[in-house]
Amino acid sequence: MDWQAIWLSVRLAGATTAILLALGLPIAYWLTFSPRRWKFLVEALVALPLVLPPTVLGFYVLLAIGPRSPLGAVYAKLTGGMLPFSFQGLLLASVLYSFPFTVQPVAAAFAGVDRKLLEASWCLGVSRAATFRRVIVPLSLPGIATGAILSFAHTLGEFGVVLMVGGNISGVTRTVSISIYDSVQALNYAAASQTSLFLLCVSFTVLALTYALQRRIWAVWPIN
Amino acid sequence: MADQLICQCRKRLSKGFEVEADLRIPLDRAPVTVLFGPSGSGKTTLLRMLAGLQRPGAGSIVFRERPWFDAARGIHLRPQERRAGFLFQDYALFPHLTVAENVAYAAPRETARRLLDTFGLAELAASNPRAISGGQQQRVALARALAAQPALLLLDEPLSALDAPTRSRTRYELRRMLLTGGVPSIVVTHDRMEAVALGDWMAVMVNGRIRQTGPVQEVFSQPADSQVAESVGVENVLAAEIVGRESGLLVLKVNGQVNGARIQCVDSGETGPVFACIRAEDVAITRQMDQVSSARNRLAGCVRAVIAEGPLARVELDCGFPLVALVTAQSAAEMALGEGESVSAVIKATSVHLAAHTSALESPQGER
Repeated sequence: MDWQAIWLSVRLAGATTAILLALGLPIAYWLTFSPRRWKFLVEALVALPLVLPPTVLGFYVLLAIGPRSPLGAVYAKLTGGMLPFSFQGLLLASVLYSFPFTVQPVAAAFAGVDRKLLEASWCLGVSRAATFRRVIVPLSLPGIATGAILSFAHTLGEFGVVLMVGGNISGVTRTVSISIYDSVQALNYAAASQTSLFLLCVSFTVLALTYALQRRIWAVWPIN
Repeated sequence: MADQLICQCRKRLSKGFEVEADLRIPLDRAPVTVLFGPSGSGKTTLLRMLAGLQRPGAGSIVFRERPWFDAARGIHLRPQERRAGFLFQDYALFPHLTVAENVAYAAPRETARRLLDTFGLAELAASNPRAISGGQQQRVALARALAAQPALLLLDEPLSALDAPTRSRTRYELRRMLLTGGVPSIVVTHDRMEAVALGDWMAVMVNGRIRQTGPVQEVFSQPADSQVAESVGVENVLAAEIVGRESGLLVLKVNGQVNGARIQCVDSGETGPVFACIRAEDVAITRQMDQVSSARNRLAGCVRAVIAEGPLARVELDCGFPLVALVTAQSAAEMALGEGESVSAVIKATSVHLAAHTSALESPQGER
């Protein structure tokens, strides 16, 4: 089994999930509570990775982070490195690719919080930011957990985007799915089946845990 | 004149319905103001505009000389800056916090603990708010709002989430708690008995407009127009005292009457000072003073005025206290009722409805 690839995938998925939570919660808040008419455009943008082929997304990310693009140039100036075929580049692509998997469950959970609870908090003199932290987030924990776990699992299994943006550099960008593909190409079916089975078990366990967790939380805090 | 809430604002709601509120509340004279009106008259919208939860389209709101909203000057204070406590119809307690945590949500621990004690919630401190009764939830919501030290308290139909028996019991308790809290309050209700039991001052809202404001008794006895009269529905609100019990009925003495008439009514469990509410159409008039009838109450008085209202006549009597009767114009004519004539007013005991009511002057300071 390619432990190096597994460890890389886990690191990538963990970092992606952390970034997505930091970015996704404010965006989900904005999508849920903003009165702007044009927010459907942002909603469509966020959901785009669900329908776009990973190769298309990967292609555009590759163009956007290349050394001749503004983003790539700024990154090169700041760090001296390049984004394509690096772990950082892969991370950026993964964040974009898993965006809807965080934002949608979280936004759904936010929308499920009774608006009167927010108004009650505001009328008690508590700011919007503190209300978000003290009322919305605690009442949305099941949705936030779902978003985080789905993003983690989704990143763990991504293939097309990694291939486009990261390539196949051992220890840098060769993730589990690439490693399996490599093994199959090399007719090393034993290694491929081992790693595949591992990925299958991990994914199932993670999802089973999510559903179990949600059931418990919902039993304690019924959301109506 | 500084201690006032002045609200002159307009808000167009989606279905072409406009709330246009012109309201002036003397906070020093009115610890509890009742915003009264039928369902859909715009009361809740007005309350939300006062809280800063909804922005009026035009006008201004001034609380104790501080502008809360002024469309012309572009002022619109956020709810956090107004410090107007808001009690929602279903109380909106935070379900992920205990009773004690709810009360301490926006207050120092010490204040919260004192309020838990004051409101008799100490034993429920660790309970989940979903596991306690409606009346207890109401007390938690009120304690939570008071803990944040609001300048004004806004209550949206605070009794509507309770079942009927609890509701009439809680009316009196709620007024007592509001007076104890010492914060001027505005209570929205569409129930006239609640209005009488809770309020000192009253504003009647019909079709999005404030039609009349004034002391509660005055609004009931002198409605400004027929629509107000129709919505308040009770013309006689008499401050009275329970002086005894007779064969299962309560005996009332109308305040200010030394040897005056006693009124009997059905015992509904009220105690102490009360308002006796009698609809004008439940008051009959007769010239025979000693005729036996099933009605328990027979009050001697004289006619002050007879005002024709279409097929009906509104007869204002003086029985030592003012009493309004509504009879058909025909009977008024047949009886040849004229000013100064002696008659008796006949009222069935079952037509007298009681609402317990502590006057603001004798607010229970000792119970703090």
